[in-house]
Amino acid sequence: MRYIPNSPEERAEMLQHVGLNSADDLFDSIPQELRLTRNLNTPAALSEIELLAGFDKLAQQNRAAKCTSFLGAGAYQHYIPTVVDHIISRSEFFTAYTPYQPEISQGTLQAIFEFQTLVCQLTGLEVANASMYDGSTALAEAVLMAERVTKRSKVIACGAIHPEYLDVVTTYVQHAGIELVRAEFDTASGQTSDVADLIDGNTAALVVQSPNFFGCIEDVTALAERAHAAGALLIVAVTEAISLGLLKSPGACGADIVVAEGQSFGVPLSFGGPYVGLFATREKYARQIPGRLVGEAYDKQGRRGFVLTLATREQHIRREKATSNICTNEGLIALAATVYLETMGRRGLQEVAQQCAQKTAYAAKQIAALDGFSVPFSAPRFNEFVVRAPKPAKELLAHLASEKNITGGLPLSRYFKDRSNDFLICVTEMNSRADIDALVAGLASAANDN
Amino acid sequence: MKSEITKVTSHINPNEALIFERSQPGRIGYRLPPLDVDEQVLETLIPKAFLRDDDLEGVPEVSEVDIIRHFVRMSTWNYSIDQGMYPLGSCTMKYNSRLNEKVARIPGFAGLHPLTDAEDAQGALEVIYELQQHLAEITGLPGISLQPAAGAHGEMTGVMIIRAFIDARDGEAGSAKRRTMLIPDSAHGTNPASAHLSGFSVKTIRSTSEGLTDLDHLRELCSHGEVAGLMLTNPNTLGLFEKNIQEICRIVHDAGGLVYMDGANMNALVGVARPGDMGVDVIHLNLHKTFSTPHGGGGPGCGPCCCTRELEPFLPVPRIVLNRVESAGSTAASTGTRHPAPDTQHPRLRLDFNQPQSIGRVKAFFGNYGMMLRALAYIQTHGNDGLREATEAAVLNARYIAHGLTSDYDKPYNNPPMHEVVFTDKRQTRKGVHTLDIAKRLIDYGFHPMTIYFPLIVQGAMLIEPTESVGRQELDQFIEAMCSIAREAVDDPELVLSAPHTTRIGRLDEAAAARKPVLRWKPKARADAA
Repeated sequence: MRYIPNSPEERAEMLQHVGLNSADDLFDSIPQELRLTRNLNTPAALSEIELLAGFDKLAQQNRAAKCTSFLGAGAYQHYIPTVVDHIISRSEFFTAYTPYQPEISQGTLQAIFEFQTLVCQLTGLEVANASMYDGSTALAEAVLMAERVTKRSKVIACGAIHPEYLDVVTTYVQHAGIELVRAEFDTASGQTSDVADLIDGNTAALVVQSPNFFGCIEDVTALAERAHAAGALLIVAVTEAISLGLLKSPGACGADIVVAEGQSFGVPLSFGGPYVGLFATREKYARQIPGRLVGEAYDKQGRRGFVLTLATREQHIRREKATSNICTNEGLIALAATVYLETMGRRGLQEVAQQCAQKTAYAAKQIAALDGFSVPFSAPRFNEFVVRAPKPAKELLAHLASEKNITGGLPLSRYFKDRSNDFLICVTEMNSRADIDALVAGLASAANDN
Repeated sequence: MKSEITKVTSHINPNEALIFERSQPGRIGYRLPPLDVDEQVLETLIPKAFLRDDDLEGVPEVSEVDIIRHFVRMSTWNYSIDQGMYPLGSCTMKYNSRLNEKVARIPGFAGLHPLTDAEDAQGALEVIYELQQHLAEITGLPGISLQPAAGAHGEMTGVMIIRAFIDARDGEAGSAKRRTMLIPDSAHGTNPASAHLSGFSVKTIRSTSEGLTDLDHLRELCSHGEVAGLMLTNPNTLGLFEKNIQEICRIVHDAGGLVYMDGANMNALVGVARPGDMGVDVIHLNLHKTFSTPHGGGGPGCGPCCCTRELEPFLPVPRIVLNRVESAGSTAASTGTRHPAPDTQHPRLRLDFNQPQSIGRVKAFFGNYGMMLRALAYIQTHGNDGLREATEAAVLNARYIAHGLTSDYDKPYNNPPMHEVVFTDKRQTRKGVHTLDIAKRLIDYGFHPMTIYFPLIVQGAMLIEPTESVGRQELDQFIEAMCSIAREAVDDPELVLSAPHTTRIGRLDEAAAARKPVLRWKPKARADAA
């Protein structure tokens, strides 16, 4: 086996050295009847050539990867500068582990400190952690944190939150004594309906996604006021983090906890993961935050460095009383996001976000003008919007994919059984005007074809 | 009498500032194609009140050259597996193959959207399905979900499955009486934290002087009828195989509980023994340990949850299953009692959301898919004989270290270790040298230190896991370094107490950092005003 440095001869010598006769003797402490006496029924070893051929063949079957795509809904196709993959492919980053020994982990630690700072800048909050698994689990952790902070047990999930995020929150809170209440969304605007009737003195938090699942920008400031008036926290979830380059930061709108999916920041779609969850909150809640934190520290000579800090919140010290069970997080993906954000920089983040908004406006206008099509929600949007088609969207989009090689969006029937004619379109800087025009023409012809 | 240090790294780039301190207005590190649609006045699209008004102040402005130098310089301050032995106990820091990285970057996978229609993502689903099959064979547990993103996430999933099973079996009233999770005092902190998330209270089981689960204590704790389950790491965190595992499972099962195995230490077992054969009901694996997906400075991981057929209906949704033709009167496919003929009309694989007993979703989409590709490539590259060979080599390396250090360090347990071995600082403390000092001194010899002060039940613990990825010469160097430090602790303790001496920075004042935490950069002016 080429990954094992010691040759069979060396291993035989080592066995002898430690006083054993055979490799089997290494496992003497395992009762005989539990030891496998056969080979595993897994495939025989493949060479690199065979292995790559096999994976290439499988990759060919993923037909959608070759299409022009307008699919978003929590995972987005954005430009990834070449330097991102180069940096995260450096041995020193990708083959290191959690920086437990700061003297020989300053590269990782400083990068996380920069990540935390960037997340604070973008979300408009004061403290950010070193990452969560993804946006959905970050949201679940935010809900649990709100319960700890307020000692209240009701959580109101506003309007249109990504259905998979809601599923994850539901799973996480099912044994935490938290009552999760769903607020409706306004079917004309697509935004959260009035939540005044739902909020009461036992409400720990109001949770809102903005832009929401339908692409509508929520009035976060108004919701924050509502929540705070009842002594509840406002949690804002962002699935399309590029929107933070253009939209008023949730922190500036009054949010107490902001979570986001960081995949848009230089991370490939990769069929859903690994992505990275961003988690930020106010300074006064720093000791309630889940996950790792990196802080500034100095050595005896006064040299600045960085360390894992406030670890008494964490499971390896606090055990069942920890703020979370998270240990391994998404370190390397947080590094990718850091490299992305610093490469695009202040102006790049603004330009990407602007392009998304402008191209989306163009696409929405063209599609709304098509016979039989409409854009049902009136709220302002960032880079996603719902389209109502004259026929079932699943059928329409399947036709578009097979005829034009365009993935035209997400049929909402995947999550909402009563919205069979609706689908969600996402437009990013990766979609040229020609792509958009082809989509519009394709939709028109698919709607007419029968 | 300072011994000769033969393996030291130097730091050529000691002073790389934070990117925010390097930033200069007007520097640019990117270029996009020009906007190709007619530009609208932004405020006509989005009301001004919804737009940022801070012009992203503070976000860095740097060139691409700045970026590359910044991160490359910082990278030189890291120790990594590719530089040498990284013997963190319970972390399984093995070689991360470049081939696996290449596989994960194949455009047909890396560019695939997770909400793609299953029909157009058959290759991606096939990878999940095949990996599930292999992990089922390796663990002896047929029900698999690859959705959990890390070990602790897999633990939470496994414990929630236990909770859901008991709720279904005992009904609400019966289940309410079973809210105790038993966890050995040597366990990882994630175990009690995960149990707590599932609404269990934790009772701690003592370990014997042999370093194994105390069966009498286990029986006593199980006699109260409130035990939902046991969370056991095997081999345990002392590196010892729980040789009474079958009896342990019997005791817990007889008491109406289930057995969860923390699979963090599966690198000692792959191809040699299977948790499913031991009586374990549910386990998580760490693909980033046993199956070599890179640790990435703290993740991403992947923590598959594997369980018995009985627990399978409780796994997270969606399940990735074969499309089968339902024959008349066939039972649910998930019971696995029937194998209807393959469906040739439909694609081979589909997503199954129809699992009414499922604990629900634990993560959006399918989990950390990129890690699954790498793990499957690992399994295919090794082959079945190679998987066992890796296990043997890993255990042999640990045994070799155990043998090599016994004369200089206190080894608290006599049982032969599996893939990792624990020593203590008992002999060195006489001169005031503690585990932390030994670890820091080891850095001067060019090694990453072992896991220290864990497990908590061993005072001054040093948990050493070499993995199979270390050759004999380097093992000898490590043993030599450790023995040399033991001599230094006697002859020149100050040298050890003030280590490391060769790094870019010395020991950092962590207490001060925690007292007044600075968790982000702020512009100078504002920091001064604050």
